[in-house]
Amino acid sequence: MLQQPYDLEVGAGTMAPETFLRVLGPQAYNVAYIQPSRRPADGRYGENPNRLYKHTQLQVILKPPPEDVQDVFLESLRAIGIDLRKHDIKFEEDNWESPTLGAWGIGWQVMLDGLEITQFTYFQQCGGMDLDPISAELTYGLERIAAFLQDVDSIYDIVWARDPRTGEERTYGDVRLADELQMSVYNFEMADVERAWRHLELYESECKDLLDQWNDVAASCNSVARRRFPLLGAFDLCLKCSHLFNILDARGAISVTERVGVIARIRQLAVGVAKAWVAQQHAEAPTAVEVAKIAD
Amino acid sequence: MPDFLLEIGCEEIPARMIDAAREELKRRVSDVLVRERLAADPVLEPFSTPRRISVLARSISGSQPDLEEQVPGPSYKVAFKDGEPTPAAQAFSRKVGVDLAQLEKITTPKGEYLAARVVKKGRPAAEVLAELLPKEIAGLYWPKNMYWRPGDTNLRFVRPIRWLVAMLDGEAIPLEFAGIRAGVSSQGHRFLSSSKVSFASPAEYAGKLEQAGVIANPAEREQRVRKALDAATRALPGARWREDKELLNTVVNLTEFPSAILGSFDPQFLSLPEEVLVTVMRDHQKYFAVEDDQGKLAPHFLAVLNTDRDPEGLIRHGNERVLRARFNDARFFWDIDQKVPLRERIPLLKKVTFQKDLGSYYDKTRRVQRLASLVSEALRSAEIQVRPGVVHKATLLAKTDLTTELVKEFTELQGIVGGLYARVQQLDPALPEATRFAIADAIYDQYRPESMEDGVPRTLEGAVLSISDKADSIAGMFALGLVPSGSKDPFALRRQANGIVKTVAEHKLPLSLRALFKDAREGYTGSEAEPKFKTIGYTSEVADFFHERLEFYLREVCGYAYDVVNAVLAAGADDVADAIARAEAVAHVRPSEDFESISIAFKRMKNILRQAADTGKKIAPAMDAAAFTDEPEQALGAAVPQAAEKVRRLGEEKNYQAALQEIAQLRPVIDKFFDKVMVMVEDERVRANRLALLQAMLNEFSTMADFSEIVTEKK
Repeated sequence: MLQQPYDLEVGAGTMAPETFLRVLGPQAYNVAYIQPSRRPADGRYGENPNRLYKHTQLQVILKPPPEDVQDVFLESLRAIGIDLRKHDIKFEEDNWESPTLGAWGIGWQVMLDGLEITQFTYFQQCGGMDLDPISAELTYGLERIAAFLQDVDSIYDIVWARDPRTGEERTYGDVRLADELQMSVYNFEMADVERAWRHLELYESECKDLLDQWNDVAASCNSVARRRFPLLGAFDLCLKCSHLFNILDARGAISVTERVGVIARIRQLAVGVAKAWVAQQHAEAPTAVEVAKIAD
Repeated sequence: MPDFLLEIGCEEIPARMIDAAREELKRRVSDVLVRERLAADPVLEPFSTPRRISVLARSISGSQPDLEEQVPGPSYKVAFKDGEPTPAAQAFSRKVGVDLAQLEKITTPKGEYLAARVVKKGRPAAEVLAELLPKEIAGLYWPKNMYWRPGDTNLRFVRPIRWLVAMLDGEAIPLEFAGIRAGVSSQGHRFLSSSKVSFASPAEYAGKLEQAGVIANPAEREQRVRKALDAATRALPGARWREDKELLNTVVNLTEFPSAILGSFDPQFLSLPEEVLVTVMRDHQKYFAVEDDQGKLAPHFLAVLNTDRDPEGLIRHGNERVLRARFNDARFFWDIDQKVPLRERIPLLKKVTFQKDLGSYYDKTRRVQRLASLVSEALRSAEIQVRPGVVHKATLLAKTDLTTELVKEFTELQGIVGGLYARVQQLDPALPEATRFAIADAIYDQYRPESMEDGVPRTLEGAVLSISDKADSIAGMFALGLVPSGSKDPFALRRQANGIVKTVAEHKLPLSLRALFKDAREGYTGSEAEPKFKTIGYTSEVADFFHERLEFYLREVCGYAYDVVNAVLAAGADDVADAIARAEAVAHVRPSEDFESISIAFKRMKNILRQAADTGKKIAPAMDAAAFTDEPEQALGAAVPQAAEKVRRLGEEKNYQAALQEIAQLRPVIDKFFDKVMVMVEDERVRANRLALLQAMLNEFSTMADFSEIVTEKK
């Protein structure tokens, strides 16, 4: 299934609910979506030809991974015009870990003529829980792949659009340079640290409150209430905390001793949401009697 | 006598794990073959590529030999009464399935018994191997593994297994693992071949795979890589590729069919230091560096590919682009880093975590400075000319490169970048250039030796910085209870401790490890970490840890025999340089007959004294020479204090060989004593005095080594 990118700030496709929540639990799922990914600390004011504050991922989850998953992946490269017979592909060990999401996996970085184009990971744990079945996550770096296919040295030179009538080209730089420059200034120099902490604390406490309320609802026999409880709302709040953390980090506002603590706090939210989600998805559908009661 | 082939086909195994796993698989298969009597002395050929590990065994038995055993039954008296078989005999006969008439009478030390000759039929090899090999496959050790089968989270392997080959001559054996049935088909190269590869027999293995684009033999792959690198370099007259054993091994384990290409980069990048360029090429891109006939770095690189050729130059082009981007980054970072010289970066270290409980690198810098100055003082009082000013500045700046963009991007350049920057930057206008270079070299060398094969810091000041930095880390971790165990050593404390030992040894520094680690721990006083420290066990744990490291160094690196090492360390493992000097002396005299005899005598002395202690016999507090009556004991009683005096003096001069000679010269008088004199006599006073003589010898002469640890021919 093709999905839309998640419309909240996330650092990677992994953090979107389509991955983070879908890999949990026993239900099979296959999804692909584009995900613009914001990483404030990676900003380079538009001056580095290979590094962006916001890069674009193609995120794919295959749950469970098919036996020929590697072949499927290689076939996807052929499909976009990469003749594997003419290039050098290697699978080099690279395991992935996200302490804030309580997630980690085992896999590779896929190298194409010396360039890393995809992170290929078999998830083992997410939200602090062992997964069964596991998911294969394929995360393609689209700017890199586009630059490779178009044979340009800088991602800003990628031809983004071409007017069909005039042939006039617009490059990636045309559409993204201002964003990269201005957001680098914001993230490194001008983001308001005080306010960022306050935002973080507000989102965090609201998320915690929701999770506390969930505990009461989960314990009750009201399956309708369970099903409609906004865990997705809680997760959004958690994602906002994570993004604010990234901004504060880029601003240099998080001390060495604080860092571990803040990561732990966000992890607690993510793990809380994950566990709740699994419980909620296993809840039974409401009975006719219950529905009738609510309608009264 | 069929051949046997086992191949485990899986997704790409991390390069660093392949060699050990291949050898382990070979060993495991060999053990099974021998244990199950399918081969007495198996000749096994192991293979590996990133996608498979395999073993080929030639000429094993098609089935186990029958095993004839003699099974003992009831005693003869119980088995037959008046010549007639009893129920006991009949029960035994039934149990072993042998007729009464075929049973035998055997004579054992315990008497006569009824016995049966039972033939345990050998099973077919196919059956035995199919049954036992899955456990061996499951038992392979992987530093990191994963599970992948739905519902089976216990089945773990390094990566998902996708096929299995297990065949005896032309037939697959009924082996199953991870839900896969073994067959006679394998897979060729992902891109150079299109179909399955089937083997008509194990002997076809390597050849058929080669036809399918897979060079299964790693040694052969290495040869191909070398040849390919040579051939590619020939395009540049006079040039050579830089040997890099570890990189070579890595690329061999990253390819199923290797070839090499020569690429180039803009010569203006050569204005960057070679270390930076080579590190970027090697660590990130796995390229080999190329040098010209003068040994200077050339603007070229060699990449090893997992394919057969690059006819259109696309692969070279792609690699060149990536390298260009990396070098541009490196140059950009180098230039931008100069804007903030090292000396201005010290406060920035407050934001760089050393370890979550032990604080920042700023805190560490302060502690290492203090420790290094204590170490310098200790060395200076031993007449070793360490320059305190150099140590002070070097320790102050040692970690500042962690805040540079270049190290943040290329973390393996830690220390090196600090040293390079210190060389080119103005640390202090008052400093003479030679001093600045000394500071730079100390910073540059601080993380050496990276391994036992690597060199130690070149200068005394570098040694002091390196030792202090490592001691600070080890002390903090041990105090927190983060002690390495088994294969778990996430902070590489063993490597750091080995580094300390090697550095102290090669610079011959007279340092006490106990004092060093006491000072190191005290460096944490008043810190946020301190309340988290454990209150007991630190000193002994650190001592044991270093005992192990020193043992390793003396045995594996210096090559001393294990008993020499044991003897020397029993007399003290606190002063590394001293232990080495003693080991050298002991190893030198060990082959002599006199020494052998002394060792025997010391064992005897220790035994007697232990016996005395165990049976509560008194030992006189001091030997009374006047009370000796027999000639041999008088002779020994006189010789011991004389020799002890000399040994003590020679020991103080660290002239251990001469000291050992003195002890060896006592041999005749010691031998005569043990020949003629009985120590454990009835008379309490005489006995106590003789024991005192033994005790005195042990005390005086065990300061260099415990001779009773030396392995001797006779007892």
